[in-house]
Amino acid sequence: MAFLRNKFRLLRAARTAGLAGVIVLGVCLGYGQTTNSCLDCHSAMPDPLGVTQEKFSQDIHAQKGLTCTSCHGGDANSYDPTVSMGAKAGFKGKIDRRQVPQLCASCHSNPTYMKQYDPGLRTDQLDQYHTSVHGKRQAAGDSKVAVCIDCHSVHDIRPPSDPRSTVNPVNIATTCSRCHSDAAYMKPYGIPTDQFAKYKTSVHYQAMMVNGDLSAPTCTTCHGNHGAVPPGVDKVQNVCANCHVFQAQMYEKSSHKAAFDALGLPGCVVCHSNHGIHMPSDAMLGTGPQGVCMRCHQPGDRCDQARVKIQSGLMQLDGAITQADQTLSVAEASGMDVSEARLAQSQARDQLIKARVTIHTYQQALVDQDVQAGLKIAAKDQQAGKDAMVERNQRRIGLGICFLAIAIMLAGLWLFIRKIER
Amino acid sequence: MIAAILRWLDERLHLDDLIAPFRHKTVPVHRLTYWYFFGGITLFLFGVQVVTGILLLLYYHAGANDAFESVQYIMTKVRYGWLIRSIHSWSANLMILTAFAHMFSVLFLKAYRKPRELTWISGMLLLFLVMGFGFSGYLLPWNTLAFFATKVGTAMVGQVPIIGQPMMIFLRGGPQVTGATLIRFFGFHVAVLPGLVVVLISIHLFLVQRLGMSVPPKIEAEWAENPSVKREMKFFPNFMLREMMAWYVTVGVLGALAAIFPWNLGVKADPFGSAPAGIKPEWYFLFMYQTLKIIPSKVWFVEGEVLGIVGCGLAGLLWLLLPFFDSEPPSRPKRWITGLAIFALMYVAGMSAYGFLAK
Repeated sequence: MAFLRNKFRLLRAARTAGLAGVIVLGVCLGYGQTTNSCLDCHSAMPDPLGVTQEKFSQDIHAQKGLTCTSCHGGDANSYDPTVSMGAKAGFKGKIDRRQVPQLCASCHSNPTYMKQYDPGLRTDQLDQYHTSVHGKRQAAGDSKVAVCIDCHSVHDIRPPSDPRSTVNPVNIATTCSRCHSDAAYMKPYGIPTDQFAKYKTSVHYQAMMVNGDLSAPTCTTCHGNHGAVPPGVDKVQNVCANCHVFQAQMYEKSSHKAAFDALGLPGCVVCHSNHGIHMPSDAMLGTGPQGVCMRCHQPGDRCDQARVKIQSGLMQLDGAITQADQTLSVAEASGMDVSEARLAQSQARDQLIKARVTIHTYQQALVDQDVQAGLKIAAKDQQAGKDAMVERNQRRIGLGICFLAIAIMLAGLWLFIRKIER
Repeated sequence: MIAAILRWLDERLHLDDLIAPFRHKTVPVHRLTYWYFFGGITLFLFGVQVVTGILLLLYYHAGANDAFESVQYIMTKVRYGWLIRSIHSWSANLMILTAFAHMFSVLFLKAYRKPRELTWISGMLLLFLVMGFGFSGYLLPWNTLAFFATKVGTAMVGQVPIIGQPMMIFLRGGPQVTGATLIRFFGFHVAVLPGLVVVLISIHLFLVQRLGMSVPPKIEAEWAENPSVKREMKFFPNFMLREMMAWYVTVGVLGALAAIFPWNLGVKADPFGSAPAGIKPEWYFLFMYQTLKIIPSKVWFVEGEVLGIVGCGLAGLLWLLLPFFDSEPPSRPKRWITGLAIFALMYVAGMSAYGFLAK
């Protein structure tokens, strides 16, 4: 009996130990599901094989639940390299540059798959890429051209809305310049490498980087992103017209359009240049270093005469607005309310801007209409400022008369007090 | 002709009996007599406020959509509108200045002691009401500075423990400063406050008339020692004529300020805009504002702002009850109260200057 009792005890102990073992194994397996053997090893490796947990956690794919194996295959649960990086686990190893667009597209070109993350996300990137210079060259076997990871980075890919993303509007020009400003890298292609340097001097860069206007143009705005190509001489105005609508409409109907087309000149770029577009000024109509008309026109010809009239009209309106501003400022400094005239001044400024836009019709009469309308408003505002100053002077004369009356009253009261107290 | 009309009235209304106390009323004449003028000047400026305020009412529209434009219309289109509005604004500021000067002169001349405790209390309540006039009137043009000053000012009320939040909601007419706040402030400014002020001024003047003018203890002692140096003048017409001279000077100052520095209207309030940088309240609230600014955000376990507001409230209450802490004549006034008065004057002036210069 004692033997049997001991046997049962032994069995109970074995059962308890077995249960404990199952629990421990379950817990271990549970932990095993959250481990990532890829990162555990690669975080300790130097570049280019090194990828830390910290870096990968910044990646939008990691945040959406994808892991190393989603792109590279393999088994992240195993610490045995023959298993985790074995052919049986479908390990792909380092992705060949030529395969990158196709690999990314395996998800990004699948609308059904992408919808679960962002229903509004485009899925035509690969098709676009095939139309781009990058894509065409890549298809032709050029492995130096940009593929997805060159612009979007790898292992720490952030959404474009993230200011730290390499494809955020504020970073795009820098990202493109990594290749396009590298003279040695670009040498085989025979294209300029000063685009970024010029862009940094432009009004567009100023708007984007200094004024913080994220809608200001950067490389991709004019060239496209996945389907990046140079706009082509005859399409330049279409690119600029996306933002500068009125100028483009006027140019389309102007005499310059036909002339530029005939000469094969690239529209807007002829006067404004491309990457280094500076803030336009009235000096562009002059004959100085910033002047652009006389590069093609002859002194004294019909167009030169119109140019002189247009420039003098604009300068006259600019001067009239400045003068009215000064008069109104003096009146304001004297405490006069000239807010109505101040408001009207903005209309005069609008007319000046309109006249500068109308230049793209290259018709002096049309520009003059806007100039005259602006001059009329500026003259009215100037008069309002003068009237305010006249009223200010009248107030001060009135004050002087009041002072005199008060002084007489004070003297009279003082004399009366003296009389009754004598 | 005038004499005949007065006689006619006197026969029916016995006006002479009413004027009799003024005929007998005298004003002490000594080296500090000129301080007596400040009460009268403050009263005169209140009269200017009433008259110019009524004229402004002819064109002012209360409401978030119209208020700014109506004041702009007064300033630019209404004949002499600029003058009326500028005088109203400058007079408001001068009235607060002369009210403060009057309060401190009463304090230093020891005129608040028995039997004039109630005169002091009514005067202090008038000073608080005058500041209430300034606060409520400041919002009425509905410009940016006024909007944000009201936002900050009413938020401070909200910091008062227990009753702060309901009071703030009551003042604003809701949780935020909106057109409803403007309508309320307009109501306070043109109806509630004037009504209260008229009642308190009547009490204040009755008490002044009833108790006579106070003589500073030092001068009273000099007069007791040498009765031959004691001098007095009749209130009517001698003092009244001198007071009128002060009023004429005040009119001159007001006219000069209005003509040379017309009151600026600023920019229309935008409730969705951000507060302008370096925004500060009007000068008469600056010492309190700066006090709140320099108190640390946490003092022991109490929020700094709450401590500041409760502290300011308690200081105001103690100031109101100051006569009850001093000795009764003929014993000498307590020195610590004089010291406190000097400290208070220097504190208000110093903090205002600090607040004005601080960024």
